[in-house]
Amino acid sequence: MTVSVDVAGKGGIKRFLAEQMRNIAPIFTLLALILFFSTQSPVFFSVANALNIMGNASITGIIAVGLTFVILTAEIDLSVAAIANAIGITMAFFTAQPDYVNIAYIALPGGVAIILTLLAAFGLGSITAFGVTKIGIPSFIMTLAMMQIANGVSALLVRGQIAYEFPDLITTLGSGTIYGVRWSIIVCILFFIVAHLVLTYTRFGRYVYMVGGNREAAEYSGVNVKLIIASVMVICALCSGIAGMLGVAYFGSAQQNGFDDFLLTAIAAVVVGGTSLFGGRGGIGNTIIGLLVLGVLNNGLDLINIDSFLKILIRGLILLIALVINVYAQKLKEGAT
Amino acid sequence: MTDQQSGGANAPSGSQPLLDMKGVTKTFGGIAALQEVDFSIAAGEIHGLVGENGAGKSTMMKIIAGVYSGYDGEMRVAGQLVHFRSAGDALAAGIGMVHQELSIVPDLSVAENVFLGTQPVRGGMVDWRTMNAQAKAQISSLGLDIDPTTRMGSLPVGLQQLIELSRVLFSGARVIILDEPTSALSPPEVERLFTVLRRLRAEGRSIIFISHFLDDVLEISDRVTVFRNGRKVITEQTSALTKDSIISHMIGRGSVDMHMGETTVLCGDDTKTIAMQADGIGDGRNLANVSLTLRKGEITGVYGFMGCGQIELARALFGKIALKSGRLKLGGKQVRFSSTATARAAGIAYVPESRRMMLFRTEPVYKNISISILDRISRLFVKPGTERQIANAHVKDLQIRPQSTDIILGNLSGGNQQKVALAKWLTHLPEVLILSEPTRGMDVGAKEDVIRIVKSLRDRGVAILVLSTEPETILTLADRVMVMKKGSVAREFTQGKLEKADLLSAA
Repeated sequence: MTVSVDVAGKGGIKRFLAEQMRNIAPIFTLLALILFFSTQSPVFFSVANALNIMGNASITGIIAVGLTFVILTAEIDLSVAAIANAIGITMAFFTAQPDYVNIAYIALPGGVAIILTLLAAFGLGSITAFGVTKIGIPSFIMTLAMMQIANGVSALLVRGQIAYEFPDLITTLGSGTIYGVRWSIIVCILFFIVAHLVLTYTRFGRYVYMVGGNREAAEYSGVNVKLIIASVMVICALCSGIAGMLGVAYFGSAQQNGFDDFLLTAIAAVVVGGTSLFGGRGGIGNTIIGLLVLGVLNNGLDLINIDSFLKILIRGLILLIALVINVYAQKLKEGAT
Repeated sequence: MTDQQSGGANAPSGSQPLLDMKGVTKTFGGIAALQEVDFSIAAGEIHGLVGENGAGKSTMMKIIAGVYSGYDGEMRVAGQLVHFRSAGDALAAGIGMVHQELSIVPDLSVAENVFLGTQPVRGGMVDWRTMNAQAKAQISSLGLDIDPTTRMGSLPVGLQQLIELSRVLFSGARVIILDEPTSALSPPEVERLFTVLRRLRAEGRSIIFISHFLDDVLEISDRVTVFRNGRKVITEQTSALTKDSIISHMIGRGSVDMHMGETTVLCGDDTKTIAMQADGIGDGRNLANVSLTLRKGEITGVYGFMGCGQIELARALFGKIALKSGRLKLGGKQVRFSSTATARAAGIAYVPESRRMMLFRTEPVYKNISISILDRISRLFVKPGTERQIANAHVKDLQIRPQSTDIILGNLSGGNQQKVALAKWLTHLPEVLILSEPTRGMDVGAKEDVIRIVKSLRDRGVAILVLSTEPETILTLADRVMVMKKGSVAREFTQGKLEKADLLSAA
């Protein structure tokens, strides 16, 4: 979590709270939810359930890592779930499928299939990056188009069928466990660590924050703003692609609409965690908290036997509250400095 | 609004002014922007209003147009004492203003712009037929033949301005304030505007014509009023004035008001090494055929009024605006900047006129300073320790207060922020440093600090370009001076004595 060093100035505590509002609120929400569900359900507070929550959040988590980069630069990527699905399907397309499914495929060795699939993800990300930076299409619209394109790729490759076979490595990472812990959780945590290091300690990471903080100032400081934006779009597509590869293995199948829920959940995780929609504030720490808030909420609502139709509404309300806090925190902050 | 009647509103007395102001004083936080100003305009008069930036013209006009309601003194319209509380009050009393920044909606049609907010309605629907017909009638009364369904944005600025003028007229204005109406116009457009203004004068309307362009003022005005330092210096028949005499009144030549930055001795040296050369560059819009040469160890000043193309020139040299014509040479080699990043890599540094465009308000000082040198001090990982060290050296050197590298930038005063903006470019000296309005809005102490820093950079061999709309800034800093006018270079001064009056009359 980014805690910037604030020299004790005028109005110390108030300033500090305004500054940290976006970090404190999500943690408080998470603790409150854990406390609530622990008292309401006997099975909620256990190691097994914690691993369950994390396992469910791991695929979304990898997508959310990429989205964090994008949102930090004050852009958006609506194509993440569609790309995840298209890339998962592409990987299945490069893998021999059983005879009883009537689906086209090219049988390639696992390693080659994985590399080609990653290249496909890179390609889709590059198209988005080109559209946003070179042509100047707003990322909201560009990625909306990309969402449709990726869905089209998915549709053409599966043609209404379902693919079941994936390279062994992917099957292990997506659905296997080690010492009872899902591999996907470990992969996701690795993504968190690397992304956090990149954002906090590298030059590129600094540029990402500065471009999000004040794009014009970054440009007048001689930062290649377009290159940074292009890079985060590609990073996001790659993360989505990898999430898609692990995801289809996690589900055990690749099919049209396999990732439909993931777009909203991934964006919600980043925003609920407190990363500013206006760019420049937040980070991986925030995203982790956001993922856990949503994960705990979903899991807990299942456990306490609530009307399953009401669940959808509650999720929507929680997202709304997070958005209010996000915008409010931004205003507080601007008022403070 | 009306406190008393004196002589009747429609009294046909030729001597009674349409608008009459007596002893008007306006202060901002204890500082007087206007002191005891008397000003009057007769019906059917075009009245020129001139003065330097900050002389009080705008304040005066904002009082007349109802924007400022808190002032001392009295104002009469056609003999009636008035005190406007809003621009609406002023318009109701027949006073309208056309601002320099036109308030038009480019994507709507001409007719919609004419009726902005007051569209004729029939049965809850906009009555397009009536609206277009009336708009057409309004516009043609100014002698213009424009299809009212044309998109506003597709018209040249001169016509947009006239359409806005017609809007003010048909809302019933008898007194029309025009703020810098000719600054964006080509000579034929200026002529067309003047034709319209003369026609309005013949109809008995009064026009207050505010402008920096003294030739235009002399051509169109019946009388001219000059402001200086918040006071009215003189109101005189135009026939009794010349450009030189107006300038003398504006800057108070020969009076005790003379102080720093009124005059300088230029020392442009053509033997110094050329750092950067622009050859006939243009952006296809606001900049046309500008050539300049920047030499190592020399400060080139560019003076011009707001909107003269200075900003575009600076942006074009820094790779922010793409060039449509002309060539750039850096150190003898031809260059093309596709982005600000390539310009910076080539050794060009730019501090824009607004600090907001240059600084990260919510980030600490050291990150603000290091952003432009990050690629030099770190390859993959950032080194906050080194960054703080470098920032600390600048903070001490430039006397940035408070003396901290970690304070959030937004907490610094304006002058100190400006120093931070300069500090960004001081660690690795650039070949060329471009400064837009380097001292605008700063207190005296900070101003002198910045001047000292800029001069020391010059002495260390940096080629510096200073662009400003304030003659004092140019005269204080520059070794040679270019004056820009409407996107082109109007005049160059290389050596010898240069006075503020020379700049004003060249622009």
